[in-house]
Amino acid sequence: MSPAYVLRLVAMFVLVVYTAATLNFFLPRLIGKDPVAERIAAMAETGGGSVDIESLSQAYRARLGLDEPLWSQYLSYLGDIVRFDFGFSIANYPVTVNELIAQSLPWTIGLMLTATLIAFLIGSLLGALIVWPRASRIFSNLTPMIMVLGAVPFYLIGLLLIDLFAFRLGWFPIGGGYPIGARPAWSLDFAGDVLHHAALPALSIVLAAIGVWALQMRGMMVTVLGEDYVTFAEAKGVRPKRLFFRYGMRNAILPQLTTLALTFGQVVTGAVLVEVVFSYPGLGTLLFQSIGYSDFFVIQGVVFILVLTVAASMLIMDIVMPLLDPRLRK
Amino acid sequence: MAIADSVYERRSRLATTFSYLQRNPSLLFGGLLFFTLIGAALVAHVVYDTSLSQPLSVMPSQPPSAELPFGSDTQGRDLFASIARGTLLTLGIGLLAGSIGLTFGGALGFIAGFFGGWVDTVVKLFVDVLLTVPALLVLVIIASAVGELPPLGMALVIALLAWRRPARQIRAQVLILREAGFVKTARISGRGPFAIIFKEILPNLLPFLAASFTVAVSAAILASVGLEALGLGSQSVPTLGMTIFWMMNFSALMLGMWWWVLTPIAVLIILFVSLYLITAGLDELANPRLRRRA
Repeated sequence: MSPAYVLRLVAMFVLVVYTAATLNFFLPRLIGKDPVAERIAAMAETGGGSVDIESLSQAYRARLGLDEPLWSQYLSYLGDIVRFDFGFSIANYPVTVNELIAQSLPWTIGLMLTATLIAFLIGSLLGALIVWPRASRIFSNLTPMIMVLGAVPFYLIGLLLIDLFAFRLGWFPIGGGYPIGARPAWSLDFAGDVLHHAALPALSIVLAAIGVWALQMRGMMVTVLGEDYVTFAEAKGVRPKRLFFRYGMRNAILPQLTTLALTFGQVVTGAVLVEVVFSYPGLGTLLFQSIGYSDFFVIQGVVFILVLTVAASMLIMDIVMPLLDPRLRK
Repeated sequence: MAIADSVYERRSRLATTFSYLQRNPSLLFGGLLFFTLIGAALVAHVVYDTSLSQPLSVMPSQPPSAELPFGSDTQGRDLFASIARGTLLTLGIGLLAGSIGLTFGGALGFIAGFFGGWVDTVVKLFVDVLLTVPALLVLVIIASAVGELPPLGMALVIALLAWRRPARQIRAQVLILREAGFVKTARISGRGPFAIIFKEILPNLLPFLAASFTVAVSAAILASVGLEALGLGSQSVPTLGMTIFWMMNFSALMLGMWWWVLTPIAVLIILFVSLYLITAGLDELANPRLRRRA
């Protein structure tokens, strides 16, 4: 792996993040409305209650520098973004956007990472078994069902799971990250509660994502099993289990990893809505609530963090891939 | 003679299409599913009073019955009327955004792939960067700045990013076809770039473009339903995504109103699965070599 290759990847990463940040800045302004000013005005009209309108207004003006020209606003915005300073939440002033994100981020990462990894492992294994001649016919008969699951958005599957497992059967809680009343703590009890609550949201991501991995793995596995070295290994008397894992899956799974990085963005946006459906205390639910309150700074902050996560995971994958697959080293 | 010939030809073409569909079950089944759903929604518009999709039209919170086939929601919308209108509205959003996306993306892909050089480099970088940014999130920013989006606005907002994937896919296809023998022959025989694009390359890409179109429509529907479920759609229009939003907003599951939950989901699943099957079928038509894989 040459330094130029890594440099190009990093440049791409910076470009992606920069583009997202720029869209974030210019799109609302191009539309010509100022959601923040509107929101503050609406709150001033209704009295606002506990919210200190005056200081919020001032913080907002100071932050956006409304009297300054656009290019100078843009530069100071970029400066804020680089320092991860997204300002205050309008709905929860004086809580900062960062505090809200810090509360939600671990939930999202925990749920997403686990669900994505489980779906990747099961899906790849399933996809390989569908075309493995020695595997049971059951696997190839599963194909239509897998296709249907792959075509349906995550959160719709989530709603069906809530209906079946939380309401009709009562096996799992209907939503939330932990029981109402329980205090987050590092105890075994609390960990059990968290797993119990995470089961259904994770299952809906896993069910929907398995299809994507299985279908791609099926295609790759057909190609790999048709290679001469597999025929040779079989003729030589390599045991079927070794043939399947070491000769087949090991080679077929590499392109899957590239897709893992590519589809990560879709998984993230899909998971956002899954969180909303389950009122899971992660970034998705935070985003949903902020949209409800027109809490524009929080919306911008959450979107930026999610874009950054997707871009960073792609960068890592692009750097790791050539280490795993010698064919990608130039 | 001439009449007999044309009748014979037409019949044989119909027979060819039919026998092809028998060999391509995903296209046949997906098409049937899709057109049955659309047909049912259209018939419902004719025989049923779809204005009942407004709030306070019928008794609220009623389970399905002879009078209310899909029941009603807590605000007194007749869900059968809502779903019938929503199916066509949501599909309309998808078709409009998908068409705009395919037209712009396709044009960009053709220009980049056919002319190559620095134009191609710039377009490819641009598309690659934008493809990495998750579309739904950018759309959330736009939609939340605009406020409530009616179906037409929703379609236009989604179209803003719907051109990326078609541009990339069509560019790759044009790059392959540009080097094909018949295109080189046309170039040597002195045909201009536009004649080559429209007379030589485009006709060969038609099945591929059709598949790109169904993918774009499906992605646009996915995005619109997602944005609406997040509460960014227009509250006065009963698109499928808004029905999902209301259902979540009023905790239909907690109230035990399963009909409110299951009907929009069932229609969306039929819509997504049928579009997926049609895409798979068109892919097979565009690239018969896939047949050996399955």
